[in-house]
Amino acid sequence: MADLTTMLGSLQLKNPVMTASGTFGYGDEFADFIDIAAIGGIIVKGTTLHHREGNAYPRMAETASGMINAVGLQNKGVDYFIEHIYPKTSAIDTAVLVNVSGSTIDDYVATAEKIADLEHIPAIELNISCPNVKQGGMAFGTCAASAYEVVDAVRKVYPKHLMVKLSPNVTDITEIARAAEGAGADSVSLINTLLGMAINANTRKPVLSTVTGGLSGPCVKPIALRMVWQVSRAVSIPVVGLGGIMNATDAIEFFLAGATAIQIGTANFIDPTTTVKVIDGITSYLDANGYKSITDIIGKLEV
Amino acid sequence: MKKYMSDLIVTANTPLNNQYFLLKLTSKETLPAMLPGQFVEVLIDDCSNVFLRRPLSVHFVDKTSNELWLLVQRIGKGTEKMSTWQAGQLVNVLYPLGNSFSVPEKQSSVLLIGGGVGVAPLLLLGDYLKNKAIVPVFLLGARSKSDLLMLEEFAKYGTVYTTTEDGTYGEKGFVTQHSILQQKFDKIYTCGPTPMMKAVAAYSLKNNISCEASLENTMACGIGVCLCCVQDTTDGHRCVCTDGPVFNIKDLKWQI
Repeated sequence: MADLTTMLGSLQLKNPVMTASGTFGYGDEFADFIDIAAIGGIIVKGTTLHHREGNAYPRMAETASGMINAVGLQNKGVDYFIEHIYPKTSAIDTAVLVNVSGSTIDDYVATAEKIADLEHIPAIELNISCPNVKQGGMAFGTCAASAYEVVDAVRKVYPKHLMVKLSPNVTDITEIARAAEGAGADSVSLINTLLGMAINANTRKPVLSTVTGGLSGPCVKPIALRMVWQVSRAVSIPVVGLGGIMNATDAIEFFLAGATAIQIGTANFIDPTTTVKVIDGITSYLDANGYKSITDIIGKLEV
Repeated sequence: MKKYMSDLIVTANTPLNNQYFLLKLTSKETLPAMLPGQFVEVLIDDCSNVFLRRPLSVHFVDKTSNELWLLVQRIGKGTEKMSTWQAGQLVNVLYPLGNSFSVPEKQSSVLLIGGGVGVAPLLLLGDYLKNKAIVPVFLLGARSKSDLLMLEEFAKYGTVYTTTEDGTYGEKGFVTQHSILQQKFDKIYTCGPTPMMKAVAAYSLKNNISCEASLENTMACGIGVCLCCVQDTTDGHRCVCTDGPVFNIKDLKWQI
Protein backbone atom coordinates (compact mmCIF):
# COMPACT_ATOMS: atom_id res chain seq x y z
CA MET A 1 0.00 0.00 0.00
CA ALA A 2 1.34 3.42 -0.98
CA ASP A 3 2.75 5.68 1.71
CA LEU A 4 0.60 8.76 2.30
CA THR A 5 2.88 10.37 4.87
CA THR A 6 3.10 14.04 4.03
CA MET A 7 5.68 16.61 5.03
CA LEU A 8 4.63 20.24 4.95
CA GLY A 9 8.09 21.57 5.59
CA SER A 10 8.80 20.18 9.05
CA LEU A 11 5.15 19.49 9.83
CA GLN A 12 4.41 15.80 9.40
CA LEU A 13 0.89 14.65 8.56
CA LYS A 14 -0.24 11.03 8.42
CA ASN A 15 -1.79 11.74 5.04
CA PRO A 16 -2.30 14.78 2.80
CA VAL A 17 -6.03 15.21 3.41
CA MET A 18 -7.02 18.08 5.68
CA THR A 19 -10.33 19.77 6.41
CA ALA A 20 -10.92 23.36 5.39
CA SER A 21 -11.60 25.84 8.16
CA GLY A 22 -15.25 26.57 8.81
CA THR A 23 -16.48 23.36 7.22
CA PHE A 24 -15.62 20.83 9.91
CA GLY A 25 -16.47 22.56 13.18
CA TYR A 26 -14.05 21.30 15.80
CA GLY A 27 -14.11 17.74 14.49
CA ASP A 28 -16.41 16.04 17.00
CA GLU A 29 -19.49 16.97 14.94
CA PHE A 30 -18.29 14.30 12.46
CA ALA A 31 -17.45 11.57 14.98
CA ASP A 32 -20.75 9.74 14.37
CA PHE A 33 -19.84 9.31 10.72
CA ILE A 34 -16.09 8.71 10.54
CA ASP A 35 -12.94 8.12 12.59
CA ILE A 36 -11.76 11.71 12.61
CA ALA A 37 -8.25 10.65 13.67
CA ALA A 38 -7.90 9.09 10.21
CA ILE A 39 -7.77 12.57 8.66
CA GLY A 40 -4.32 14.02 7.96
CA GLY A 41 -5.10 17.37 9.53
CA ILE A 42 -8.12 19.12 10.97
CA ILE A 43 -8.21 22.90 10.59
CA VAL A 44 -10.73 24.23 13.04
CA LYS A 45 -13.09 27.14 12.56
CA GLY A 46 -11.67 30.65 12.04
CA THR A 47 -10.69 32.05 15.43
CA THR A 48 -10.36 35.71 16.30
CA LEU A 49 -9.05 37.55 19.35
CA HIS A 50 -12.53 38.50 20.50
CA HIS A 51 -15.95 36.88 20.28
CA ARG A 52 -17.72 37.57 16.97
CA GLU A 53 -21.45 37.11 16.37
CA GLY A 54 -20.91 36.98 12.62
CA ASN A 55 -23.19 38.49 10.01
CA ALA A 56 -26.96 38.78 10.08
CA TYR A 57 -29.16 36.15 8.46
CA PRO A 58 -29.51 35.20 5.55
CA ARG A 59 -25.97 33.94 5.28
CA MET A 60 -26.15 31.39 2.52
CA ALA A 61 -27.28 31.02 -1.07
CA GLU A 62 -27.20 27.82 -3.06
CA THR A 63 -25.77 28.21 -6.56
CA ALA A 64 -25.20 25.93 -9.52
CA SER A 65 -22.61 23.42 -8.24
CA GLY A 66 -21.83 25.42 -5.15
CA MET A 67 -22.90 27.87 -2.50
CA ILE A 68 -22.18 31.40 -1.36
CA ASN A 69 -21.71 32.03 2.33
CA ALA A 70 -21.51 35.17 4.40
CA VAL A 71 -21.03 33.74 7.88
CA GLY A 72 -18.55 36.42 8.87
CA LEU A 73 -16.24 34.45 11.18
CA GLN A 74 -18.77 33.74 13.90
CA ASN A 75 -16.73 32.34 16.80
CA LYS A 76 -16.38 32.72 20.53
CA GLY A 77 -12.85 34.09 20.50
CA VAL A 78 -9.44 32.59 21.17
CA ASP A 79 -9.74 32.49 24.97
CA TYR A 80 -12.94 30.46 24.73
CA PHE A 81 -11.19 28.15 22.26
CA ILE A 82 -8.28 27.60 24.63
CA GLU A 83 -10.46 27.00 27.66
CA HIS A 84 -13.32 24.95 26.24
CA ILE A 85 -12.41 23.50 22.86
CA TYR A 86 -8.66 22.89 22.97
CA PRO A 87 -8.96 20.26 25.75
CA LYS A 88 -11.22 18.26 23.42
CA THR A 89 -9.19 18.73 20.22
CA SER A 90 -6.02 17.74 22.09
CA ALA A 91 -7.44 14.26 22.46
CA ILE A 92 -7.75 13.79 18.67
CA ASP A 93 -4.84 11.70 17.42
CA THR A 94 -4.02 13.79 14.38
CA ALA A 95 -2.72 17.27 13.58
CA VAL A 96 -5.20 19.94 14.65
CA LEU A 97 -4.53 23.40 13.26
CA VAL A 98 -6.22 26.65 14.18
CA ASN A 99 -7.29 29.09 11.51
CA VAL A 100 -6.48 32.57 12.80
CA SER A 101 -8.21 35.70 11.59
CA GLY A 102 -8.28 39.32 12.64
CA SER A 103 -9.26 42.88 11.86
CA THR A 104 -5.88 44.43 12.65
CA ILE A 105 -2.28 43.22 12.68
CA ASP A 106 -2.29 43.49 16.47
CA ASP A 107 -5.31 41.14 16.59
CA TYR A 108 -3.56 38.55 14.43
CA VAL A 109 -0.40 38.78 16.52
CA ALA A 110 -2.19 38.54 19.88
CA THR A 111 -4.24 35.54 18.73
CA ALA A 112 -1.24 33.74 17.23
CA GLU A 113 0.78 34.33 20.42
CA LYS A 114 -1.91 32.71 22.55
CA ILE A 115 -2.11 29.69 20.25
CA ALA A 116 1.68 29.34 20.11
CA ASP A 117 1.55 28.29 23.76
CA LEU A 118 -0.72 25.31 23.03
CA GLU A 119 1.33 22.14 22.93
CA HIS A 120 -1.08 20.14 20.77
CA ILE A 121 -1.52 22.75 18.05
CA PRO A 122 1.47 22.23 15.72
CA ALA A 123 0.54 24.94 13.23
CA ILE A 124 -1.78 27.80 12.44
CA GLU A 125 -3.40 28.77 9.18
CA LEU A 126 -3.32 32.54 8.92
CA ASN A 127 -6.49 33.67 7.21
CA ILE A 128 -5.68 36.81 5.26
CA SER A 129 -8.45 36.08 2.80
CA CYS A 130 -11.87 36.03 4.45
CA PRO A 131 -14.25 37.91 2.15
CA ASN A 132 -16.96 38.26 4.79
CA VAL A 133 -15.57 40.65 7.37
CA LYS A 134 -15.73 44.39 6.99
CA GLN A 135 -12.26 45.17 8.24
CA GLY A 136 -9.10 43.14 7.83
CA GLY A 137 -9.45 39.64 6.47
CA MET A 138 -9.30 39.77 2.73
CA ALA A 139 -8.00 43.34 2.79
CA PHE A 140 -4.66 41.99 4.02
CA GLY A 141 -4.54 39.28 1.41
CA THR A 142 -5.28 41.33 -1.68
CA CYS A 143 -2.14 43.48 -1.55
CA ALA A 144 1.39 42.09 -1.44
CA ALA A 145 2.67 44.79 0.92
CA SER A 146 -0.03 44.29 3.56
CA ALA A 147 0.20 40.49 3.19
CA TYR A 148 3.92 40.75 3.87
CA GLU A 149 3.31 43.01 6.84
CA VAL A 150 0.83 40.74 8.63
CA VAL A 151 2.73 37.52 7.93
CA ASP A 152 5.98 39.15 9.07
CA ALA A 153 4.38 40.37 12.31
CA VAL A 154 2.91 36.96 13.11
CA ARG A 155 6.14 35.18 12.13
CA LYS A 156 7.99 37.13 14.84
CA VAL A 157 5.74 35.71 17.59
CA TYR A 158 4.81 32.32 16.17
CA PRO A 159 7.67 29.81 16.03
CA LYS A 160 5.75 26.75 14.78
CA HIS A 161 4.45 25.97 11.28
CA LEU A 162 2.84 29.03 9.75
CA MET A 163 0.47 28.35 6.86
CA VAL A 164 -0.99 31.38 5.09
CA LYS A 165 -4.38 31.11 3.38
CA LEU A 166 -4.57 33.12 0.19
CA SER A 167 -7.44 34.87 -1.50
CA PRO A 168 -8.27 34.22 -5.16
CA ASN A 169 -9.80 37.70 -5.41
CA VAL A 170 -6.58 39.23 -6.75
CA THR A 171 -5.04 40.05 -10.09
CA ASP A 172 -1.95 37.91 -9.54
CA ILE A 173 -2.02 35.38 -6.71
CA THR A 174 1.64 34.46 -7.20
CA GLU A 175 2.61 37.96 -6.10
CA ILE A 176 0.81 37.51 -2.76
CA ALA A 177 2.23 33.99 -2.37
CA ARG A 178 5.77 35.30 -2.86
CA ALA A 179 5.12 38.06 -0.31
CA ALA A 180 3.96 35.45 2.23
CA GLU A 181 6.99 33.29 1.51
CA GLY A 182 9.27 36.31 1.80
CA ALA A 183 7.78 37.17 5.18
CA GLY A 184 8.55 33.69 6.47
CA ALA A 185 5.44 31.58 5.80
CA ASP A 186 6.13 27.84 5.97
CA SER A 187 3.36 27.00 3.51
CA VAL A 188 0.48 28.61 1.65
CA SER A 189 -3.05 27.27 1.30
CA LEU A 190 -5.32 28.28 -1.54
CA ILE A 191 -7.93 29.15 -2.51
CA ASN A 192 -10.27 30.81 -0.05
CA THR A 193 -13.72 31.56 -1.45
CA LEU A 194 -14.35 33.70 -4.51
CA LEU A 195 -16.32 36.87 -3.99
CA GLY A 196 -19.77 36.41 -5.47
CA MET A 197 -23.38 37.39 -5.04
CA ALA A 198 -26.89 36.09 -5.49
CA ILE A 199 -30.05 38.03 -6.33
CA ASN A 200 -33.70 37.15 -5.85
CA ALA A 201 -35.39 38.42 -9.00
CA ASN A 202 -38.85 38.22 -7.44
CA THR A 203 -38.05 40.48 -4.51
CA ARG A 204 -35.37 42.46 -6.39
CA LYS A 205 -33.19 42.04 -3.32
CA PRO A 206 -29.85 40.38 -2.66
CA VAL A 207 -30.15 36.91 -1.14
CA LEU A 208 -27.42 37.54 1.45
CA SER A 209 -27.65 40.09 4.24
CA THR A 210 -24.18 41.29 3.23
CA VAL A 211 -25.07 41.45 -0.49
CA THR A 212 -21.80 39.71 -1.43
CA GLY A 213 -20.30 36.54 -0.03
CA GLY A 214 -17.80 33.77 -0.67
CA LEU A 215 -18.45 31.22 -3.43
CA SER A 216 -17.29 27.64 -2.86
CA GLY A 217 -17.95 24.15 -4.14
CA PRO A 218 -17.16 22.31 -7.38
CA CYS A 219 -17.89 25.43 -9.44
CA VAL A 220 -14.62 27.01 -8.21
CA LYS A 221 -12.39 23.98 -8.78
CA PRO A 222 -11.00 24.96 -12.20
CA ILE A 223 -9.93 28.34 -10.81
CA ALA A 224 -8.40 26.75 -7.72
CA LEU A 225 -6.46 24.23 -9.83
CA ARG A 226 -5.10 26.98 -12.04
CA MET A 227 -3.99 29.02 -9.05
CA VAL A 228 -2.38 26.05 -7.28
CA TRP A 229 -0.46 25.30 -10.47
CA GLN A 230 0.68 28.92 -10.81
CA VAL A 231 1.64 29.33 -7.14
CA SER A 232 3.47 26.00 -6.88
CA ARG A 233 5.76 27.16 -9.70
CA ALA A 234 6.26 30.58 -8.11
CA VAL A 235 7.28 29.64 -4.55
CA SER A 236 9.47 26.97 -3.00
CA ILE A 237 7.40 26.42 0.16
CA PRO A 238 4.70 23.71 0.07
CA VAL A 239 1.31 24.55 -1.39
CA VAL A 240 -1.91 23.23 0.16
CA GLY A 241 -4.68 23.08 -2.44
CA LEU A 242 -8.38 23.51 -1.87
CA GLY A 243 -11.43 24.63 -3.78
CA GLY A 244 -14.30 22.36 -4.77
CA ILE A 245 -12.67 19.01 -4.02
CA MET A 246 -15.53 16.50 -3.82
CA ASN A 247 -13.71 13.18 -4.35
CA ALA A 248 -10.32 11.47 -4.69
CA THR A 249 -10.02 12.25 -8.41
CA ASP A 250 -10.39 15.95 -7.69
CA ALA A 251 -7.70 15.62 -5.01
CA ILE A 252 -5.31 13.80 -7.38
CA GLU A 253 -5.69 16.67 -9.86
CA PHE A 254 -4.52 19.11 -7.18
CA PHE A 255 -1.47 16.97 -6.36
CA LEU A 256 -0.57 16.81 -10.05
CA ALA A 257 -0.95 20.60 -10.24
CA GLY A 258 1.62 20.94 -7.45
CA ALA A 259 -0.20 20.69 -4.11
CA THR A 260 1.63 18.83 -1.34
CA ALA A 261 -1.59 18.46 0.65
CA ILE A 262 -5.24 19.27 0.05
CA GLN A 263 -8.22 20.44 2.08
CA ILE A 264 -11.82 19.28 1.84
CA GLY A 265 -14.30 22.08 2.47
CA THR A 266 -17.82 22.41 1.11
CA ALA A 267 -17.99 18.67 0.35
CA ASN A 268 -18.21 18.05 4.12
CA PHE A 269 -21.67 19.63 4.02
CA ILE A 270 -22.93 17.22 1.38
CA ASP A 271 -21.27 14.03 2.58
CA PRO A 272 -19.70 14.03 6.06
CA THR A 273 -17.65 10.98 5.12
CA THR A 274 -15.91 12.69 2.16
CA THR A 275 -12.52 12.97 3.91
CA VAL A 276 -12.08 9.26 4.53
CA LYS A 277 -13.42 8.39 1.08
CA VAL A 278 -10.83 10.72 -0.46
CA ILE A 279 -8.03 9.18 1.63
CA ASP A 280 -9.04 5.67 0.51
CA GLY A 281 -9.39 6.83 -3.08
CA ILE A 282 -5.92 8.38 -3.12
CA THR A 283 -4.42 5.12 -1.86
CA SER A 284 -6.30 3.16 -4.54
CA TYR A 285 -5.07 5.53 -7.27
CA LEU A 286 -1.45 5.33 -6.13
CA ASP A 287 -1.57 1.53 -5.84
CA ALA A 288 -3.31 1.08 -9.18
CA ASN A 289 -0.73 3.25 -10.92
CA GLY A 290 2.29 1.70 -9.24
CA TYR A 291 3.29 4.69 -7.11
CA LYS A 292 4.98 3.98 -3.79
CA SER A 293 4.26 7.35 -2.19
CA ILE A 294 2.01 10.36 -2.48
CA THR A 295 5.17 12.41 -3.06
CA ASP A 296 5.58 10.59 -6.40
CA ILE A 297 2.71 12.50 -8.00
CA ILE A 298 3.13 16.01 -6.57
CA GLY A 299 3.64 18.48 -9.39
CA LYS A 300 3.82 15.68 -11.97
CA LEU A 301 1.47 17.36 -14.39
CA GLU A 302 2.65 16.54 -17.91
CA VAL A 303 2.30 19.78 -19.81
CA MET B 1 -28.26 10.98 19.82
CA LYS B 2 -26.13 9.19 17.29
CA LYS B 3 -26.53 10.46 13.74
CA TYR B 4 -26.50 8.23 10.70
CA MET B 5 -25.92 8.56 6.97
CA SER B 6 -27.75 5.77 5.19
CA ASP B 7 -29.24 4.80 1.88
CA LEU B 8 -32.93 4.41 2.63
CA ILE B 9 -35.38 2.77 0.26
CA VAL B 10 -38.51 4.49 -1.06
CA THR B 11 -41.54 2.33 -0.25
CA ALA B 12 -44.24 4.76 -1.40
CA ASN B 13 -44.47 8.26 -2.80
CA THR B 14 -48.06 9.48 -2.79
CA PRO B 15 -49.33 12.80 -4.13
CA LEU B 16 -51.75 14.38 -1.64
CA ASN B 17 -52.78 17.12 -4.04
CA ASN B 18 -51.02 19.07 -6.78
CA GLN B 19 -48.63 20.63 -4.27
CA TYR B 20 -47.92 18.12 -1.52
CA PHE B 21 -46.76 14.52 -1.37
CA LEU B 22 -46.09 11.91 1.27
CA LEU B 23 -42.78 10.09 0.90
CA LYS B 24 -42.25 6.88 2.86
CA LEU B 25 -38.77 5.43 3.31
CA THR B 26 -37.55 2.24 4.90
CA SER B 27 -34.26 0.67 5.86
CA LYS B 28 -32.92 -2.87 5.85
CA GLU B 29 -32.05 -2.31 9.51
CA THR B 30 -34.46 -1.13 12.17
CA LEU B 31 -34.70 2.65 11.90
CA PRO B 32 -33.13 4.46 14.85
CA ALA B 33 -35.33 6.30 17.34
CA MET B 34 -36.34 9.75 16.11
CA LEU B 35 -37.83 12.41 18.34
CA PRO B 36 -40.70 14.75 17.47
CA GLY B 37 -39.31 17.95 15.98
CA GLN B 38 -36.18 16.33 14.58
CA PHE B 39 -35.39 16.48 10.89
CA VAL B 40 -33.47 14.71 8.15
CA GLU B 41 -31.23 15.99 5.36
CA VAL B 42 -32.05 14.34 2.05
CA LEU B 43 -29.55 14.13 -0.81
CA ILE B 44 -31.08 14.92 -4.19
CA ASP B 45 -28.76 13.28 -6.66
CA ASP B 46 -28.48 14.01 -10.35
CA CYS B 47 -30.57 17.16 -10.27
CA SER B 48 -28.99 20.08 -12.03
CA ASN B 49 -28.60 23.21 -9.89
CA VAL B 50 -29.50 21.34 -6.71
CA PHE B 51 -26.25 21.10 -4.77
CA LEU B 52 -27.16 20.95 -1.09
CA ARG B 53 -29.21 18.43 0.82
CA ARG B 54 -32.79 19.39 1.67
CA PRO B 55 -33.81 19.54 5.35
CA LEU B 56 -37.24 18.01 6.04
CA SER B 57 -39.12 17.39 9.28
CA VAL B 58 -39.70 13.86 10.45
CA HIS B 59 -43.45 13.58 9.86
CA PHE B 60 -43.90 10.18 11.42
CA VAL B 61 -42.06 6.97 12.22
CA ASP B 62 -44.17 3.86 11.67
CA LYS B 63 -42.48 1.28 13.85
CA THR B 64 -44.62 -1.62 12.67
CA SER B 65 -43.62 -1.15 9.03
CA ASN B 66 -40.16 0.35 9.85
CA GLU B 67 -40.98 3.45 7.81
CA LEU B 68 -39.95 7.08 8.03
CA TRP B 69 -42.58 9.46 6.63
CA LEU B 70 -41.78 12.83 5.09
CA LEU B 71 -44.49 15.32 4.22
CA VAL B 72 -43.17 17.44 1.38
CA GLN B 73 -44.31 20.55 -0.46
CA ARG B 74 -43.15 21.04 -4.03
CA ILE B 75 -41.55 24.46 -3.94
CA GLY B 76 -38.39 24.21 -6.02
CA LYS B 77 -36.30 21.98 -8.25
CA GLY B 78 -35.19 19.76 -5.37
CA THR B 79 -38.63 18.94 -4.03
CA GLU B 80 -39.93 18.70 -7.62
CA LYS B 81 -37.34 15.97 -8.23
CA MET B 82 -38.29 14.24 -4.99
CA SER B 83 -41.90 14.09 -6.12
CA THR B 84 -40.83 11.86 -9.03
CA TRP B 85 -39.06 9.27 -6.86
CA GLN B 86 -40.46 5.77 -7.28
CA ALA B 87 -40.78 2.86 -4.87
CA GLY B 88 -37.53 0.90 -4.70
CA GLN B 89 -35.28 3.91 -5.28
CA LEU B 90 -32.40 4.47 -2.86
CA VAL B 91 -32.19 7.85 -1.15
CA ASN B 92 -29.20 9.00 0.89
CA VAL B 93 -30.35 10.52 4.19
CA LEU B 94 -28.53 12.12 7.14
CA TYR B 95 -30.60 11.61 10.27
CA PRO B 96 -31.91 12.18 12.88
CA LEU B 97 -30.82 15.81 13.23
CA GLY B 98 -31.60 18.66 15.59
CA ASN B 99 -33.29 18.88 18.96
CA SER B 100 -36.93 18.02 19.67
CA PHE B 101 -40.11 19.27 21.26
CA SER B 102 -40.11 18.81 25.02
CA VAL B 103 -42.90 16.38 25.81
CA PRO B 104 -44.59 17.13 29.16
CA GLU B 105 -43.94 14.56 31.88
CA LYS B 106 -47.31 14.99 33.55
CA GLN B 107 -50.88 15.23 32.40
CA SER B 108 -51.57 18.62 30.82
CA SER B 109 -53.71 20.30 28.21
CA VAL B 110 -51.70 20.64 25.05
CA LEU B 111 -52.45 22.52 21.84
CA LEU B 112 -50.56 21.76 18.63
CA ILE B 113 -50.91 24.50 16.01
CA GLY B 114 -49.75 23.82 12.46
CA GLY B 115 -50.01 25.72 9.22
CA GLY B 116 -49.59 24.41 5.68
CA VAL B 117 -46.79 21.86 5.34
CA GLY B 118 -45.70 22.97 8.82
CA VAL B 119 -48.10 20.41 10.25
CA ALA B 120 -45.42 17.81 9.41
CA PRO B 121 -43.62 17.44 12.78
CA LEU B 122 -46.86 17.56 14.77
CA LEU B 123 -47.94 14.04 13.80
CA LEU B 124 -44.94 12.37 15.46
CA LEU B 125 -45.42 14.72 18.42
CA GLY B 126 -49.02 13.48 18.67
CA ASP B 127 -47.70 9.91 18.79
CA TYR B 128 -45.24 10.75 21.59
CA LEU B 129 -47.94 12.57 23.55
CA LYS B 130 -50.21 9.54 23.20
CA ASN B 131 -47.47 7.40 24.74
CA LYS B 132 -47.55 9.76 27.73
CA ALA B 133 -51.33 9.34 27.87
CA ILE B 134 -51.79 12.96 26.85
CA VAL B 135 -54.53 13.63 24.32
CA PRO B 136 -53.63 16.83 22.48
CA VAL B 137 -55.81 19.26 20.58
CA PHE B 138 -54.68 19.88 17.01
CA LEU B 139 -55.44 23.19 15.36
CA LEU B 140 -54.45 22.98 11.72
CA GLY B 141 -54.71 25.83 9.25
CA ALA B 142 -54.38 26.12 5.50
CA ARG B 143 -55.36 28.38 2.62
CA SER B 144 -58.08 26.06 1.39
CA LYS B 145 -59.66 22.67 2.10
CA SER B 146 -57.38 20.83 -0.33
CA ASP B 147 -54.30 22.10 1.53
CA LEU B 148 -55.33 20.54 4.84
CA LEU B 149 -53.13 17.47 5.05
CA MET B 150 -53.32 14.09 6.77
CA LEU B 151 -56.39 14.95 8.85
CA GLU B 152 -57.34 11.28 9.41
CA GLU B 153 -53.85 10.55 10.74
CA PHE B 154 -53.95 13.47 13.18
CA ALA B 155 -57.40 12.36 14.37
CA LYS B 156 -55.81 9.12 15.67
CA TYR B 157 -54.00 11.09 18.36
CA GLY B 158 -56.35 13.87 19.41
CA THR B 159 -59.19 16.21 18.53
CA VAL B 160 -58.63 18.07 15.28
CA TYR B 161 -59.86 21.61 14.63
CA THR B 162 -59.21 23.39 11.37
CA THR B 163 -59.24 26.79 9.76
CA THR B 164 -59.09 27.74 6.11
CA GLU B 165 -58.45 31.21 4.81
CA ASP B 166 -61.19 30.84 2.20
CA GLY B 167 -63.65 29.17 4.57
CA THR B 168 -63.92 25.97 2.50
CA TYR B 169 -63.36 23.79 5.59
CA GLY B 170 -63.45 24.41 9.35
CA GLU B 171 -63.62 27.94 10.65
CA LYS B 172 -62.82 30.70 8.19
CA GLY B 173 -59.73 32.76 8.92
CA PHE B 174 -56.35 32.20 10.54
CA VAL B 175 -55.52 29.69 13.27
CA THR B 176 -55.12 32.48 15.80
CA GLN B 177 -58.75 33.48 15.19
CA HIS B 178 -60.13 29.99 15.97
CA SER B 179 -62.71 29.72 18.77
CA ILE B 180 -60.79 26.87 20.47
CA LEU B 181 -58.29 29.48 21.63
CA GLN B 182 -60.88 30.67 24.12
CA GLN B 183 -60.06 27.51 26.09
CA LYS B 184 -57.11 27.52 28.47
CA PHE B 185 -54.09 25.38 27.53
CA ASP B 186 -50.93 24.60 29.53
CA LYS B 187 -48.64 24.28 26.55
CA ILE B 188 -48.58 25.20 22.86
CA TYR B 189 -46.40 23.69 20.15
CA THR B 190 -46.36 25.29 16.73
CA CYS B 191 -44.87 24.87 13.28
CA GLY B 192 -45.79 26.67 10.09
CA PRO B 193 -45.16 29.90 8.19
CA THR B 194 -43.21 32.44 10.27
CA PRO B 195 -46.02 35.05 10.37
CA MET B 196 -48.36 32.36 11.74
CA MET B 197 -45.83 31.24 14.36
CA LYS B 198 -45.26 34.84 15.40
CA ALA B 199 -49.00 35.31 15.83
CA VAL B 200 -49.15 32.11 17.89
CA ALA B 201 -46.16 33.31 19.93
CA ALA B 202 -47.91 36.64 20.59
CA TYR B 203 -51.05 34.79 21.73
CA SER B 204 -48.97 32.54 24.01
CA LEU B 205 -47.09 35.43 25.59
CA LYS B 206 -50.28 37.39 26.14
CA ASN B 207 -51.93 34.43 27.84
CA ASN B 208 -48.81 33.32 29.67
CA ILE B 209 -48.69 29.91 28.00
CA SER B 210 -45.38 28.14 27.44
CA CYS B 211 -44.81 27.83 23.69
CA GLU B 212 -42.30 26.01 21.51
CA ALA B 213 -41.90 26.73 17.81
CA SER B 214 -40.15 24.62 15.19
CA LEU B 215 -38.31 26.91 12.79
CA GLU B 216 -37.34 26.46 9.19
CA ASN B 217 -34.22 27.80 7.56
CA THR B 218 -32.05 27.22 4.52
CA MET B 219 -29.20 24.96 5.58
CA ALA B 220 -26.02 23.57 4.21
CA CYS B 221 -24.59 20.98 6.62
CA GLY B 222 -27.44 20.27 9.06
CA ILE B 223 -24.93 19.32 11.78
CA GLY B 224 -23.86 22.69 13.17
CA VAL B 225 -20.58 23.31 11.37
CA CYS B 226 -21.31 25.72 8.51
CA LEU B 227 -23.12 28.28 10.73
CA CYS B 228 -25.34 29.33 7.82
CA CYS B 229 -28.79 28.68 9.35
CA VAL B 230 -28.57 30.96 12.36
CA GLN B 231 -31.47 32.45 14.25
CA ASP B 232 -31.16 35.54 16.41
CA THR B 233 -31.80 34.52 20.02
CA THR B 234 -31.34 36.05 23.47
CA ASP B 235 -28.09 34.04 23.52
CA GLY B 236 -26.84 35.44 20.18
CA HIS B 237 -26.82 33.65 16.84
CA ARG B 238 -27.79 30.01 17.28
CA CYS B 239 -27.93 27.32 14.62
CA VAL B 240 -31.43 26.18 13.70
CA CYS B 241 -29.95 22.78 12.78
CA THR B 242 -28.38 21.92 16.14
CA ASP B 243 -29.65 24.41 18.74
CA GLY B 244 -33.06 24.03 17.10
CA PRO B 245 -35.14 23.54 15.06
CA VAL B 246 -37.35 23.75 18.17
CA PHE B 247 -36.97 26.92 20.24
CA ASN B 248 -38.91 28.17 23.22
CA ILE B 249 -40.38 31.42 21.94
CA LYS B 250 -39.00 33.24 25.00
CA ASP B 251 -35.50 32.63 23.63
CA LEU B 252 -36.25 34.15 20.22
CA LYS B 253 -35.76 37.80 19.45
CA TRP B 254 -38.95 38.03 17.46
CA GLN B 255 -40.53 41.45 17.15
CA ILE B 256 -44.06 40.53 18.20
